[in-house]
This record gives sequence, C-alpha cells and structure tokens, in this order.
Amino acid sequence: MGPKIDFTLNSRPVSLETDPLRRLLDVLREDFELTGPKEGCGEGECGACSILLNGRLINSCLTPVGTVAGQEITTIEGFRLTERFKVLDKAFADAGAVQCGYCTPGMVMAAEALLRKNSKPSEMAIREAISGNLCRCTGYGMIVEAIQLAAERGEGLW
Amino acid sequence: MVKSLTPKTLPEALEFRKHQRLIPLAGGTDLMVRKRSWAGTLPKFEYPALFIGGLAELKGINVKDGILTIGAAATLASILEHPAVPDIVKQAISIMASPAIRNAGTLAGNICNASPAADTLPPLYVLGTVLILQSTAAQRELPIAEFIKGPGQTNLQTDELLVAVQIPIQSYDVSFYKKVAARKADALSKVSFAGLAKVSGDMVTDLRMAIGAVAPRVVRSKEAEQLLKGRKIRDLAGLIPELKKIYDPLIRPIDDQRSDAVYRSQVAHRLIEYYIMQCASATAHAK
Amino acid sequence: MKENISMPIPKVDHQEKMAGAANYVGDLKLPGMLFAKTLRSDRARALIKTVDTPPLPEGYFIVDYHDIPGRNRVKIMIDDQPFFAEDRVNYIGEPILLVVGPDKQKILEIMAQIRVDYQDIAPILTMDDAENQDLPPIFGDKNYFAEFAIAKGDPEEGFARAKYIFEEEFSTGYQEQLYLETQGVLGVYENGQITVYGSIQCPYYVRDALMQAFGWGSERVRVVQTTLGGAFGGKEDYPSLIGGQVAAAAVKTGKPVQLLFDRAEDLEVTTKRHPSIIRLRAAVDENYRITTLAADIRYNAGAYSGLSNVVLQRGMFNIAGVYHFPNLKVKGRTVATNTVPNGAFRGFGAPQAIFAIEMQMEMIARKLGLDPLDFKMNHLAQKGDSTTTGGTFRQAVKLPELIATVEQLSSYRQKTNEFTNGNHKTLKGIGMSLFLHGCGFTGSGERDFIKAQVKLRKLADGKVEILAANTDMGQGLKTTFRKIVANTLDLSVESVIYQNPDTTRVPNSGPTVASRTIMIVGKLLEEAARELKQRWSEPGEIEVTANYRHPTDMRWDDKTLSGDAYPAYSWGVNAVEVEVDPLTFEIQIKGVWSAFDVGKAIDERIMRGQIEGGILQGLGYGSLEKMESRQGKLQQRSVTDYIIPTAMDCVKMEHRLIDNLYDDGPFGAKGAGELTLIGGAPALAAAVSNALGVPLHKLPITPEYLMEVVKDGPKN
Repeated sequence: MGPKIDFTLNSRPVSLETDPLRRLLDVLREDFELTGPKEGCGEGECGACSILLNGRLINSCLTPVGTVAGQEITTIEGFRLTERFKVLDKAFADAGAVQCGYCTPGMVMAAEALLRKNSKPSEMAIREAISGNLCRCTGYGMIVEAIQLAAERGEGLW
Repeated sequence: MVKSLTPKTLPEALEFRKHQRLIPLAGGTDLMVRKRSWAGTLPKFEYPALFIGGLAELKGINVKDGILTIGAAATLASILEHPAVPDIVKQAISIMASPAIRNAGTLAGNICNASPAADTLPPLYVLGTVLILQSTAAQRELPIAEFIKGPGQTNLQTDELLVAVQIPIQSYDVSFYKKVAARKADALSKVSFAGLAKVSGDMVTDLRMAIGAVAPRVVRSKEAEQLLKGRKIRDLAGLIPELKKIYDPLIRPIDDQRSDAVYRSQVAHRLIEYYIMQCASATAHAK
Repeated sequence: MKENISMPIPKVDHQEKMAGAANYVGDLKLPGMLFAKTLRSDRARALIKTVDTPPLPEGYFIVDYHDIPGRNRVKIMIDDQPFFAEDRVNYIGEPILLVVGPDKQKILEIMAQIRVDYQDIAPILTMDDAENQDLPPIFGDKNYFAEFAIAKGDPEEGFARAKYIFEEEFSTGYQEQLYLETQGVLGVYENGQITVYGSIQCPYYVRDALMQAFGWGSERVRVVQTTLGGAFGGKEDYPSLIGGQVAAAAVKTGKPVQLLFDRAEDLEVTTKRHPSIIRLRAAVDENYRITTLAADIRYNAGAYSGLSNVVLQRGMFNIAGVYHFPNLKVKGRTVATNTVPNGAFRGFGAPQAIFAIEMQMEMIARKLGLDPLDFKMNHLAQKGDSTTTGGTFRQAVKLPELIATVEQLSSYRQKTNEFTNGNHKTLKGIGMSLFLHGCGFTGSGERDFIKAQVKLRKLADGKVEILAANTDMGQGLKTTFRKIVANTLDLSVESVIYQNPDTTRVPNSGPTVASRTIMIVGKLLEEAARELKQRWSEPGEIEVTANYRHPTDMRWDDKTLSGDAYPAYSWGVNAVEVEVDPLTFEIQIKGVWSAFDVGKAIDERIMRGQIEGGILQGLGYGSLEKMESRQGKLQQRSVTDYIIPTAMDCVKMEHRLIDNLYDDGPFGAKGAGELTLIGGAPALAAAVSNALGVPLHKLPITPEYLMEVVKDGPKN
C-alpha cells in the first residue's frame, strides 16, 4: 500500500492507496477494471494506452499514478458516453477504420484530443496528431478519413 | 520499499532533496521507459522519485530583459505553444517523439537525461542556453555545455534541482535545424544538427553549429566557429575543407541498433557543408 | 440482403472494438489466476548442465519439461522444437522453464535467483556459418531442414544458347509482424480438461499441439480464440508453443495461469519473416527474351524447423514472379542457425522471391537499354502458360488491365521519363511492381491434410450459426463470413451468428492462413448455405455440413513438387513514387497506387483495409523495418528501435479492383490477404533505384545502405 491518491476518473472522484510509482495503465486496468487502454509496448511508442489527462493526450504506461493526483483522467470508458464519441463511432464505422481493434481505443482518444484543439484539422494535422499511435492493420488511410469525417459531421460539438 | 515524494512547493522539494537521495521526475516520459519492468510491476527506481511535475513555481514560461526563462516543469507542448520560444527550439520539439509524449515530457527532462541523441540539445547549445540549478543553500548558473558531462551524466548535484532553462533572445539571419531519424515521427535521432548565424552586410558576424548523436556529447567547436566569424560570405565555401579537418576528430559516432558510424559521420559532415552553403547563399541576395 | 456482395457493410465487431469493450486475452481476469514468466536461454548454443532453483514460497511453482507428460515437442511439421529445453539450448531466448505464482514482483525475485549452468557449443550464427564444416550441424548432417529442387524445360540448353547471361545476388532481412497485441495465452484446468484461451490464429493447431504434449484425447483438450489484436502469420505456429507451456502450468498448479509477453520479449523470441539470400541467373536470347532462370534460394530458418520448409517452397514457386520463362531450375534450402526460429508472416516466403525477381527484371532491362516495364510486359504469364512447378495458369490473367490501370492512376510513364531525364536537384523516382499470390495451401494440402469441414446450424429462432474454426484477426472475417451466408440465404447479416471458435464446438475448417479462408472455407459456407436454403422449411433446428472437395482438374506430385501448386492465383500491380533526400538519403513516399485482381471482393471496404494495410507493411519491409542478429542476439528489441511506419510515413493511397470471377470461390472470390503486402517493397526499391540511378540488391533499403551504395554522390 502507499499514500492516498485522489483524482477524477471519467468524471467521478476516485481515491486509492497505492504506490505512487505504479503505472497509471496498471492502476486503470487492475484496480478499476478499465481494460480499454491497452499495453502495446510499455514505452510510450505505440499509443495503445492513450488516455486524456485534463483533456490532453498522454501515455498511461509512462505515467506514475502519483503524478495524476488532483487531475482529471478520461479513458475510452468515460469518453464513449459522450455525443462526440457517437460521431467518431459512426465515422470510424463508415470509414472502416477499425480492424483488429487493439489500437482503436487509443486512436479514438488521440482523435478526441486533436479535435478539442483543432475542430477542422487538415489531413496533415490528423496524421501528425495520431503519429504516436501505431496501427499495423489499416495503413492509417481509413483512420485519417474517419477523423476528417467526424470533424465535418460533428460541427459545433468540438 | 522505495517511497516516492510529492512536494507541494519548490522549497519543500529542495528540502526533500537535501535530506535524501531522490530521482526528480517531471513528466516521467524518459525515466519510466528506462526503469520499466514487467507489465504490472513497479518500475525499478534505485532511489525514491521526487514528483516535481506539479510544482507551480516550475511551470512558467516568460521573457524578462531579453532572457527567455522556461520552468523545469513546463511541458514540451506548452513550450511549443509559447510565442517567445525561438523557432529552432520549436522545430526540434515539434518533431520530437509524439503528441502524447510532448504533453507530459519537459525540456528540463530532455536535458537531464543527457542522451547524446537528445533532440533539444543542439538548438539549446547554439542558443547559448544557461541552466539554473538550485539547492536549499544556493542557486547557480551553468552553461548547458558545462552541465552535460557525458551520456546520462550531468553536473546536477544530489541536493539540487534544475529549476529553469534560460535562453537569450536574439535574432539570427540563418537558422537551420535537421533531425535525421528512421521515420517522420516518434523516432530517436540518428544525427541532429542546429545552426544559427548572424550576417551583417556581406560579413558573417556570428556562426554557431551543434551536432547531436555523433559523439558522447553534443559537438560544438569554438575553433571552427572562430574561423568563420568575421569572414566574407563569399569566402565561406572555401573554408569547408578546413572545417572538415576541425570537425573530423570531433565527430566520432558509434554503430548501434539505429544506425552506423559511417552513415552518421558522413551525414554530419554533409549537414555542416550544407549549412555553410546556406549561409553563403541565403545571405548573398540579402545584401 | 441481396445486393452486390462487394457493397460495404458496417463491420459486425466494430462497436465493441470501438468502445474498448472487446476482450483480448490480457483483458481476461479469472478468480485465483496466477501469472507466468519465462526463464530463457542467454546462450546461442549450449548444453544445460544444471538448473539451480531457490526454495519456492508457498503458491509458487516452476514448470519445465518434466511437466510435459506426453511428448515434449511442439507439433508442427518436423516435430523438433521442445516446449521447454531439456539438456540443450539452440538460440538466445529459448524457453527453459516458467516461474508461476500470484505476485509478479515475487516471480521476478525468484527468477533472479535461478542459476543455469551451461556448457557452450560453438554456434552457427549465420547462413554462411552453416556452410562451415567444422561446426557441428544443428539438424541432420548438412544443417538444412530441407533442400528442394524444381525444374522445367531444359535449363542447360537455355544457358548454352544464351546471348546474354545476367547473374545477381539479393538479400532480405528479418521482418517482425508487430501485431499491436503481443502474444498471450491463458490456461485453465478443470474437471480433467485443459482449456487454453488466447491470441491464437489457428485454434486447431494449438489443440493438436496440446494433445501431443499431454498424450490426451481431443475430449480433454479445448482451445478458444479470444479477440485477436493482429497476427499477420505471427500467431500461426507460435501459440502452439506457449499454449503447451501454459497448459502444463495450469495442470500443475490447478489454477488459471496467464502468460502474456511484454513487447521486448515478443520482439526477441517470436517467429519472424525469414532473412534470405537469393542468387538469380538469367539467360537472355537475341530477341531480348529471358529463356531460362536459375535460382539458388536460402532462407534462414533459425534453430527449429517450424513452418520454414513450406515457407521456402512458396518462395521457390514464386521465383519467376508473374513471368513465364520456358526453362527453370530452382534450388532451395532452409538453413538451420542458432538464432530465433522464423515462421509465417503475410506473404509466407513470397515477398523475398518477388523482390528478387522484380529487381532482376529491372536490372536486366536497364543493362539491355530497355524500358523495364516494357521488358516485364514482354514476359507476362498468360492463361494456359506453365507455372514454375509445371502446372497451368488455368484462369484468365488480367495483368495487362491491372498494369494499364496503375499506369494511368500514377502517370507512371510520364513520371519515369521526367525523373530519369529531368534535372536531378531533387531525387525523385517512381517504380512499379508486378506480383501474384497462389491462393490456399500448396498442392494437395487441402485434400490430404486439412480436409476442411464447416457446419451451418439453423436455430429455433430462425437465426443461423456458422460453425467453423477460422479466426478474425482484424481482417474482417466475422463480417465477410456472415455476408457470404446471409447473402446466399437471403437473410440479414444480423441473423447470422459467428462466435470466436472453440474447438469443442466447431469442426476443423482448417487454419486461417495462406489466403485460403475466404476462397476455401467461404466456398464451403456458400455451399452449406445453399443446402440449408433448400431444407429451410424443415421443422426445428437444422444442421448442414460441407466438406472440402478437391478441384478435379488439379494435379500435384508432392515428391517431385510438380503440377498445380495452387488452385488459383490473385494478382497485383503497385506503383510507388518517392523523393530521396540528397543529403541524408532519407526516403519520403510521395504516392502509392495499386490495382488488384482478387476474383471478387466480398466487401470492398474491408478489401481496402487489406490493401492499404498490406501495402504499408510492404513499404515498411522495404525501407524502415530493420532487424539484425549479432552473435545470435537480435539488436532491435523495442518499438523504439524496430521501426514500423507511423501515419506520418505514408500518404493517401489509391487503388482499383478488377473483377475476375473464380468458380471455386464464393461469389467468385479468391485469396486477398497476403497478396497486398508483396508488391510494396519491390515497387519502393524500383522507385529509389530510379531516383538515385543505382541498382539495389538488399532489403530493407535504409539510408545507411544507400549511403554505402551511392558513395560519392547520387546519379552521374
């Protein structure tokens, strides 16, 4: 056990006693059973573990849980309840952007982080925004299109 | 068990630092990779971590008296968004790692990591960056080149924290940054290069070059820069053979899993030559 | 649904994957579940003298070869690989034992206390080492797992009459599948039955491996596929190894045991694409026609045979690419080395061969002063021509149409001219590759070994369940299988069910490999659905079965490797445009265009995913993806060092599909999954070669390699 760490997880206040050096990814998956964030590499290269910290994209595999005390964390499990998710969901389906699905939750979080900052991103801005999220199935083209589509359809949401 | 500490203020952090051996951690994007263990187990820290990423005193970015001060906890993303940050630093940061890493990682962390391939070091070297190191007892300033001793080695004392990075704001006429890496994003440098020059009329009044990942430390040659300073731009090209001789013994890269010594060395020389030619031509039509 | 089958529909597994709710093996948590970590050899080749283990705390176990009650050999082709090393190790990373227990930290502490005492043996680290007679062989007396030869026509005569002879050597490196989800299995032992859940491409392969490991009947062994986070061949044979290990651990501990690989471990010890050395010799006559091709092909198999011999065969059979040469002589060897065993990877031996022949064609054309595309087009195989194995191309070959399409999409001719003769301030280039892929298992494999069976079950509520053993790895099988059945039965896709295979519930419809699944299994489903349609009005549940029937006009001799190696071929053409940085030789991809004949796409959007994903893997193989073994140790052991393309490393791609219906495939479909990877590397290589004006002989084409080739500056 360890000191008490409080933070906001998917809009709910949570509190746990644990070693602050534990990876946020492990805490999310093991203590909160949020298995949407995945481990793909464990070194911040693949983005499968991507989540939002105060609305910004981070790699939960590189984040000691102690550093998120007092902060706001959003995982796919929280984000999927939003209107914005619905738009992204439909756009990803229509573009065929999901294959094996392992990178998808992280990719969706990267898309959300981008659209929050830039609601009308260019193709290049999208490629840049997902450049830390590896996908081995799609070749990215359909993911890029999905995000473009979501940006068009979600006018006013972001 | 290793017990990490979360100070509320900078003085508290320095106090912790004074009394025990600690590993300062701001964004964690480098330390958590280097110290990682089996998924689901704790990272292997030899000493407790000192979480300084949340310290408000270290988050600021501001300009005063011609000096840009970047707090040690300012994230790379926030530096990228700040208007006063020199372009050559932004160029390096904008293609460094990935958006998620830039949202957590810090410039101070990239410096303290002291990797020969650290992306921000060549720009910081040519900008004449000074680091502010603080302990409970004192504050001192060190030029970046003196701070970094070798791969992973710095002059940071165990009771000190790097609290701020200071960059003199000046304007330069020819600025060039190049990162050579295996792919366009999310990659470590094979070679990196930063060059800054000032030109007055047809004369080079200042020319600085720094090359990363070709030696244990960033290569910057005072001798070469002295040779170039005060020269007519039309004479620059003729100095290239002499420059090659100066840089040759300094550019001593290694073979590793990312590239090889021959390539790194050739690219470094080509970038030097390219930059000198840039200075020679880009300024020629300015006059 | 009764529309054009190719019309895209939403993928049936989209929702759960999008929401992060799909369960991959690492997401499963069972009560009392233990964790396992593998202790591995740090020697390339050694005898194990002793293994000293510390006293174990309660609840912790060591699982090793003593815990394999049946045969300690992974069932595959030649059963040479042990589940756990016994008295010797043959590569760095070879598994010796598992430490199993409830706390991972404690497991690491136990691991740190285990001492293995080795007696080193001089290792065979490279394919050249393998020729060294002084080193004791790893396998057989010559150090090859197999040596094959094929020939047709009169190659001796061909060379004797040649006007020109061109000889080149090509080499290719490793390629790692880098599925985003690492390897993982979960073993559960209950009521005398072992169940292995996992990221498994071929559940029945794992079941058979377990039966052999335990000496148990099929009623005591169950294998269930969990959602797969990519496989690309990498989860074809490897899960049999770790499935056996985790099963032994579950039986020994009586608890569920999870064995998941970290990325570094996965990179270091799992199977990869075979590095190759291919020597080609071509005889050209006075009319600039290649009359004869001779090839000597070596694939580095690693320490155990695995699937290497069939991988090599596919390489050999593809060595003529899309071309028809009257005379052919091909020799191939799978070389045993003390390195990580290699295995299946999308393309399965073909990408190496196609790279070699495409480069050889380009080089010969340039040496003869001919346009490479014209030269290639003068040699295209046509319907009725003989294949490399003396079989026949039995369906229409629509290559001219595919080539014309890509020429037009890419402005290939115009750009070639411009880049070759224009000013060379920027180093631009364009290249085209032509390729094919034989669909399905080689020769009589389907008839003699696989004997695929599928069932359809009409349930009481009118829904129809597909019972088959094939897995959706991301390629969209759950959707395409359901489309085939729904379309045939005039049902909605929602009325058709397809669950992840469980070997105790579904018949063995064969592995999900070799671009066979849609063509072979999909056809069986179509047949079963037709039968079900006729019996639809029967009361209650109805079950129909369809069994594989071999095409009657296919002949194959497995001893001489002659006849029809594949029932059908899919075809592709890629063009790639690049710009090379004159200072650093970094390659930037500027355009990618392609056209494919896969018979008929079962879903055009899913096909697009296969195309774009496959091409980018091929481009990665051609340029970024470098993995090297030094002293038996792989050097790139992280995603930081083994580089796959990001979204920034590619551009929007354009493709076209050309229908060419195949009677023995559902709705005319042939194989599609592997084909799309094959053309990327050779097209890229041709483009870089065009940009720099130098021939290229090696994959991957890294800037380091280009620096070496170009030396004193690009283009003269």
